[in-house]
Amino acid sequence: MTIETQPTAPVAPAGATTPGVVALQNVSRWYGNVVAVNDITMSLGAGVTGLLGPNGAGKTTILHMMAGFLAPSKGAVTIDGRPTWRNPGVYRDLGLVTEREAVHAFLTAEQFVLACAKMQKLKDPAGATRRALELVEMTDAAHRRIGTFSKGMRQRTRVAAALVHEPRVLLLDEPFNGMDPRQRMHMMRLLHSLGDNGHTILFSSHILEEVEQVAGLVQVIVAGRLAASGDYRKIRRLMTNRPHVFAVRSSDDRRLAVALIAEKSVAGIEIENTGLTVRASDYGDFTRALPRIALDQGIRLHQLVPSDESLESVFSYLLEA
Amino acid sequence: MSTVAMITARGLFGRRRALMLLPLPLLLIGLAAICRAYDLEPTQWGAAVIVGLGFAVVLPVVALIVGTGVLGSEVDDGTLVHILTKPLPRRDIILAKFLVAVVATAVTTTIPLFVAGLLAGSARLGAALAVAALVGSLAYTALFLLLSLLTRRPVLLGLVYILIWEGLLGRWVSGTRVLSIEQYVIAIADKIEPTTLLDAKLGVATAAVMSAIFVVVCTVVAINRLGSFSLAGETS
Repeated sequence: MTIETQPTAPVAPAGATTPGVVALQNVSRWYGNVVAVNDITMSLGAGVTGLLGPNGAGKTTILHMMAGFLAPSKGAVTIDGRPTWRNPGVYRDLGLVTEREAVHAFLTAEQFVLACAKMQKLKDPAGATRRALELVEMTDAAHRRIGTFSKGMRQRTRVAAALVHEPRVLLLDEPFNGMDPRQRMHMMRLLHSLGDNGHTILFSSHILEEVEQVAGLVQVIVAGRLAASGDYRKIRRLMTNRPHVFAVRSSDDRRLAVALIAEKSVAGIEIENTGLTVRASDYGDFTRALPRIALDQGIRLHQLVPSDESLESVFSYLLEA
Repeated sequence: MSTVAMITARGLFGRRRALMLLPLPLLLIGLAAICRAYDLEPTQWGAAVIVGLGFAVVLPVVALIVGTGVLGSEVDDGTLVHILTKPLPRRDIILAKFLVAVVATAVTTTIPLFVAGLLAGSARLGAALAVAALVGSLAYTALFLLLSLLTRRPVLLGLVYILIWEGLLGRWVSGTRVLSIEQYVIAIADKIEPTTLLDAKLGVATAAVMSAIFVVVCTVVAINRLGSFSLAGETS
């Protein structure tokens, strides 16, 4: 096993010497009988980290606890050692972009960001507003009312508002939702540069490819538990190497099974009334070998369906690993 | 003016619900003016217009619209998060919103009640009604502001208080009057300018002390509740 699956081991970016800025220590959160987050320990340092997991896994609950908008039922959530719950002082170092895109629609982008700068009690709120709007490339539309903005522009305005006080920590909940490819690229570039400049960025996503493009480090959440954490590439390799299950139907299932079992990429076969269930250890090798074998044997393939390709199955595989 | 107060005021007056504030005070002034124009004796219409409409309906309903609007609407649409993610003491946020709500309620209710008092008696009666309405504005908005943090249906609960507790029980069950803001308002107005139009059922000391308790307790609880403001978990 090449990745950390022990949730008790904190992860810091490569080369980082300082302990994580944001820390969760044995954190659980339950609603009545439902456990949303189960005994999670993680620590985030400078750089961009992706919080990856299927919908309903508990990502938003974790982000809300980090942002001080939810009390942990058990454990401690801290930023620089200070608890986030009932502690408004942490917002000097913290910016939050929620998934819900509510904004004061009657304000212009500039008025909105300026109001945030003033509420942060910055020395030069106007200057900070200008810099934040430049950072998200919203200067041109700064004097338009937010109510007239597209989803992407609204999102960038909210990011500007969350960044106006240059917080060390920026939390974003599904920031790429509903963005077009260009806006997405821009947001990814922005997060990258913030991470490179020493900010601690955590964003949640349920889309592997999004995380792949932005974050070097990931925390994978499945069913409220930390399934894996660490370098994205290692986790990706593990995901690629997992056995893949295919449902195959052909003109002669039994003869096909005999031929397939000799193939190195096939880990196991079950013969059922409805066809074959093939477990392949290597996705690429198997999918190349199958048509070749069928051709050699003169067997006609009727159906080939990968049966566990949903993201949920990838995540639950990680959980089992 | 603090930034929170500015956003609150713009949010309040920028919304359509602000228009809902106008008809009731206009109705109050209109009815009083008509009665006066027809030379009716104030004893015939004064109590019905001033107490029945002014204190029992206009004052609490305006306070309900405003008091639940300054915070409740931001809770509903999620914009409150932008204010809460700032290093501001929760006390400052509540006080700013309370201040905006009180000013809006007081302006909307004291003027028509002053006019009604003027038409029904004298400028002194008008002033007494306005002062009482100001006290009522403080107590009602503190209560309704708190309700918007305690429940997701503050308007409904507020209406239950106005209609059932004050309107129904307050008339027939004397014990409930000590927790009725309407009764405080009547008692205070009657003390400042004793008149047969008002039938105070509480002592002015009780009324003043209870009003202050309403304001302080509701505000303190609201500050505490805002400190523990939670966002819902998974949205999908």
